[in-house]
Amino acid sequence: MKDAAAPSLAFTLNGQPVSFDADPRRRLSDLLRESGASRGTKVGCDAGDCGACTVLVDGAPVCACLTACGQVEGAEVLTVEGLAEAGRLSRLQSAFLRHGAAQCGICTPGMLVAASALLADVPRPSEAQAQAALGGVLCRCTGYRKIIAAVCDAWREDVADPAPEPGAAVGARLRRLDGPDKVTGAERFGADDWPESALLLKAVRSPHPHARFRFGDLAEFASRPGVAVVLTAADVPGRNRFGVIPPFADQPALAESPARFRGEAVALVGFEPGADPDLTGFPISWEALPDLSDPVAAQAEDAPLLHHDRPGNRMIRGYTRRGDARAALADSAFSVEGCFETPFIEHAYIEPEAGSAWLDGDTLVIRACTQAPVMDRDDCALVLGLPPERVRILPTGVGGGFGSKLDLSVQPLLGLAVLKTGRPVRMVYSRRESLQASTKRHPSRITARIGCDAEGHVTAMQFHGIFDTGAYASWGPTVANRVPVHASGPYRTPNIEVEAWAVHTNGPVAGAFRGFGVPQAAIAQELLYDRLADAAGLDRLEFRLRNAFRDGDTTGSGQVLAATGIHDCLSALREPWTKALADAARANAADGGAALRGVGVASCWYGCGNTALPNPSTIRVGLTAAGELVLHQGATDIGQGANTVITQICADALGLPVSDFRRIGPDTARTPDAGKTSASRQTYVTGRAAAAAGAALRREVLRLANAGDGARLRLEDGALIVEDGAVRRIELAALPEDARGYALSAEESYDPPTQPLDADGQGVPYAVYGYGAQMVELEVDPALGKVRLLNIVAAHDLGRAINPLLAEGQIEGGIAQGIGLAMMEEYRPGRTENLHDYLIPTIGDVPPVRSILIEKPDPEGPFGARGLGEHVLIPTAPAILNAIRHASGAELTRLPALPHRVLAALRRAGK
Amino acid sequence: MLDFSRPTALPEALALLAEHRPLILAGGTDLFPATERAGLSGRVLSIDRIAGLCGITETDAGLRIGAATPWAEIARHPGPPGWAALAEAAVEVGGRQIQSRGTIGGNLCNASPAADGVPPLLALEAEVELASAQATRRLPLAEFLTGPRRTALQPGELMTAIHLPADALRDRSRFLKLGARSHLVISIAMVAVRVRVGAGRIAEAALAVGACGPVAARLPEVEAALIGASPAEAPDRIDPATVAAALAPLDDIRATAAYRGDAAAVLLRRALADLPDEGTT
Ligand SMILES: Cc1cc2nc3c(=O)[nH]c(=O)nc-3n(C[C@H](O)[C@H](O)[C@H](O)COP(=O)(O)OP(=O)(O)OC[C@H]3O[C@@H](n4cnc5c(N)ncnc54)[C@H](O)[C@@H]3O)c2cc1C
Ligand code: FES
Ligand code: FES
Repeated sequence: MKDAAAPSLAFTLNGQPVSFDADPRRRLSDLLRESGASRGTKVGCDAGDCGACTVLVDGAPVCACLTACGQVEGAEVLTVEGLAEAGRLSRLQSAFLRHGAAQCGICTPGMLVAASALLADVPRPSEAQAQAALGGVLCRCTGYRKIIAAVCDAWREDVADPAPEPGAAVGARLRRLDGPDKVTGAERFGADDWPESALLLKAVRSPHPHARFRFGDLAEFASRPGVAVVLTAADVPGRNRFGVIPPFADQPALAESPARFRGEAVALVGFEPGADPDLTGFPISWEALPDLSDPVAAQAEDAPLLHHDRPGNRMIRGYTRRGDARAALADSAFSVEGCFETPFIEHAYIEPEAGSAWLDGDTLVIRACTQAPVMDRDDCALVLGLPPERVRILPTGVGGGFGSKLDLSVQPLLGLAVLKTGRPVRMVYSRRESLQASTKRHPSRITARIGCDAEGHVTAMQFHGIFDTGAYASWGPTVANRVPVHASGPYRTPNIEVEAWAVHTNGPVAGAFRGFGVPQAAIAQELLYDRLADAAGLDRLEFRLRNAFRDGDTTGSGQVLAATGIHDCLSALREPWTKALADAARANAADGGAALRGVGVASCWYGCGNTALPNPSTIRVGLTAAGELVLHQGATDIGQGANTVITQICADALGLPVSDFRRIGPDTARTPDAGKTSASRQTYVTGRAAAAAGAALRREVLRLANAGDGARLRLEDGALIVEDGAVRRIELAALPEDARGYALSAEESYDPPTQPLDADGQGVPYAVYGYGAQMVELEVDPALGKVRLLNIVAAHDLGRAINPLLAEGQIEGGIAQGIGLAMMEEYRPGRTENLHDYLIPTIGDVPPVRSILIEKPDPEGPFGARGLGEHVLIPTAPAILNAIRHASGAELTRLPALPHRVLAALRRAGK
Repeated sequence: MLDFSRPTALPEALALLAEHRPLILAGGTDLFPATERAGLSGRVLSIDRIAGLCGITETDAGLRIGAATPWAEIARHPGPPGWAALAEAAVEVGGRQIQSRGTIGGNLCNASPAADGVPPLLALEAEVELASAQATRRLPLAEFLTGPRRTALQPGELMTAIHLPADALRDRSRFLKLGARSHLVISIAMVAVRVRVGAGRIAEAALAVGACGPVAARLPEVEAALIGASPAEAPDRIDPATVAAALAPLDDIRATAAYRGDAAAVLLRRALADLPDEGTT
């Protein structure tokens, strides 16, 4: 909206009088952000649904996106930037850091501002008061529990924890190293920075799931005032096909007719700064075509093909076979069978895709939120017809990713517009665009049979899964390959046959989402396990313990396992399980049926890193002549904590304290490739590289000082002090600069040792697995079908908890997403394209979580550590569904378990 | 008129309305989500500063709520027993941010079938006050709401107040909302009940159900069945079939129609079973 000739607007912002020439009808959030007055105020939806834009107006929390700036004339406005006093963090801000309440940090400003209104009234709030005050702010990362803890604890004076001794960083509950900027609003995410004169890009998107289109007079539109450029597929200079798995690359940056899914970008318009980015009247005509929405129907012989080289719309099949599942099932004492269905699930990070780009000499610089900077660079280079060295990716802060920001979104569009105009550009997806155009969790239809012998030993499993991969390949191949490896769950299954198909439809592109299909498979397997345990007359936890992998057991892929932690995880649940069962029985006997209480359990295992494919990471660490210790950390931290954990690992391998480190990156021009942030690989794979680099630098130092292994290192005034009995001083300035520009430096890589899978899926797909088991207590309202979660206990084997505070945060956050998957989430194109129809858990939907960290060292992991990020989501949904069944008999086979579905299932069960 | 006006006096607002027919902006919590643009378009009349449009006052006949009173103020207001249902609804409208700005008048004028303010106000026999430059009139709320997103508001009219009768405010009341998550949720169904008890028997009952039809509605047949019952007997007198017959719910992403009918009956029973003790006896 134009501000030309706008009347002047004055109010108080964070205690200072301010005035703007602003259109009073404009959203306050837009004014605050565009003017630069407060870019700590975030925008996640522009519809009041996420609360990221919360500011205080005369002390009351409001959504700045729903407030006309003319309505704050004369008022006092407080934003996150106003919380710290004289550069000192407030107690609330410190409490957020102390409790690990900020992960990605995109919700943090809204949370802090909303909480500050509560604390002004109630300095020591109860948990219920905190929940009521923060119910309007969504967080997709933390699971809220640490936010509640921080708010309730914010009255306390913050006392800094003692810094861990050199060599003792691993295992410390260190606050996030990148945390302070997240609580002050200083962190810059994709939408928060852009070159002054940047054009604003808007995409024209398909309103249909499948449609032919024709452009009208584009030149006329391009000549409208405020329009700088109009671009279509015809303008793409390189190969107009991208994709995270090169052999499957099939997705155009801008589609040529036809568009294959609703929301696919077909044209791009660049608007001059300040112009109204109005696409009304864009010259395009659409002819809707019949669309495929059902992955079974899509395989019919006469179904039209989305991609001509993929017959039956079948993109890929993943397969594992070991033993003779059919025969073993026939011989089993007990067997159970079921069909299970899950829908598209949206990542719903609070930060929509955003970035900016410009030319730096010859180099195209793209600054955007991403999980995979080097993949972005290479794929953008292909689409734009540039050599990779001419593309530099500068990842911004990432306001949540969970797998979807592995795929390109704004990046190639930004690059294209820069190349075509020579001008800097920026682009921010609206929430609707983000929902329409980003990848989703694959919908699944799974049929499975599992059998066991009379003693309850699992004998065999047959599993057939259809995964709707949507219009383009994205990570469909990974899902199809991961599911067969993991379908057995962490249980001995001597005879197994698993088939997983990824099938195209005109649905949204399904890609990576925390677990790559394994959460869907685990629902089928774990629900059948409960039925099987019942059939065999065994306690459900004991049944799982009886079958849990032990060291030396062989997986369905024929891999012989070592350092398996699942037994430990399930054993850790024994005590809470027994108590919960007794509590449930007592409650049900006392209550007379008003609420039905139940307990459920489920497990997970998950291989860390790519499936039987290389995925190396490289870490560089150096000491400058001035005595500064620099870590080139290329692993993007999307909130999960890589910045902190990788530094902790490197610090201990080197023997210098974490506080000595300065981090660089990620930045494809300055950090070596640490791979993508996915597959729960960063702590393990990049961690190994960081450990190796730290150790290599240490060796070099010890060699120079001629000191023994146990020597203590210290940095002091540009010198490195090495003590082992004698004290030696290395003057760093006196050393010659090495090839990397340092006085001393090391760079090391690590790639997990795996072996390819054969036609029957036999091989060594992963070098490291992580394990976990979760237990859920809940109540079902038998009249309304409403489920209330009471408690969750989560036992996860992470080998070594490099940072227990961050590990708990991962667990709680994964559980919250599992709750959403089980109970409320379902993406439907055209129906749930906002965050009030697409529901994710709020602060009142996540019950207390008790994390039990099991540390069974993995010989391959750095300091014994395994990955955790995806594992934590897998057991939650099946544990909830098993608890619902235990409570009420209701068997849910279609997700989400909305109240009406639970009630229908209850009635089917005759309750 | 400027593109944006924020008068402090009602006559000025009504004059602008009569002459320019601007968009009426109260809290903006329904208006802004309806656009993806950076701001509202056209002429906008902000009514958040008009004297007499904000606040709750006692009148001879009962209570008057200014149409631009935000939900937060309604939640805070210590009202008589009949007020409880409205106050309970107030804390369920969105989160605190929505309650700080969203107004009761905006909720009614927006006329969503899922507007949480409507059932309690129907149960309380609320009347709305509509003013134009020419005249002021009052309408029972049920007549004001003519359909989904349709009202009896005439061009040039502003809703200025909601009036609640003193009798109804003395009764016991309750509001219950059902949604698929705990905060910030569009109702699958919600109910408000108001009951007058004399000599241990129900003498008058008002039951209203929302999100189960094009507009929220009172259930006269079900109400009639309660007359003469003791408060303890009341829940069992709710006949699910009669409730379902009085509603016209739809299937949507949140729930099925059949479920909504069942749920409404369950919620009505629970609201009756859980009425606060005080009130006229
Ligand atoms: C995240 C979120 C959650 C929400 N949750 C709920 C919920 O749980 N329950 C619920 O019922 N609603 C909910 N709402 C909807 C909304 O907040 C309420 O309906 C609110 O009461 C609207 O009031 P307002 O003042 O903001 O209306 P506005 O947006 O200012 O106006 C709404 C409409 O009414 C008209 N209008 C406003 N005041 C007057 C008047 N005095 N006279 C004539 N016309 C007028 C406007 O022109 C407009 O057409 C939610 C909204 C959001 C964004
Ligand atoms: S941006 Fe305002 S609530 Fe989401
Ligand atoms: S930390 Fe809350 S959304 Fe990421």
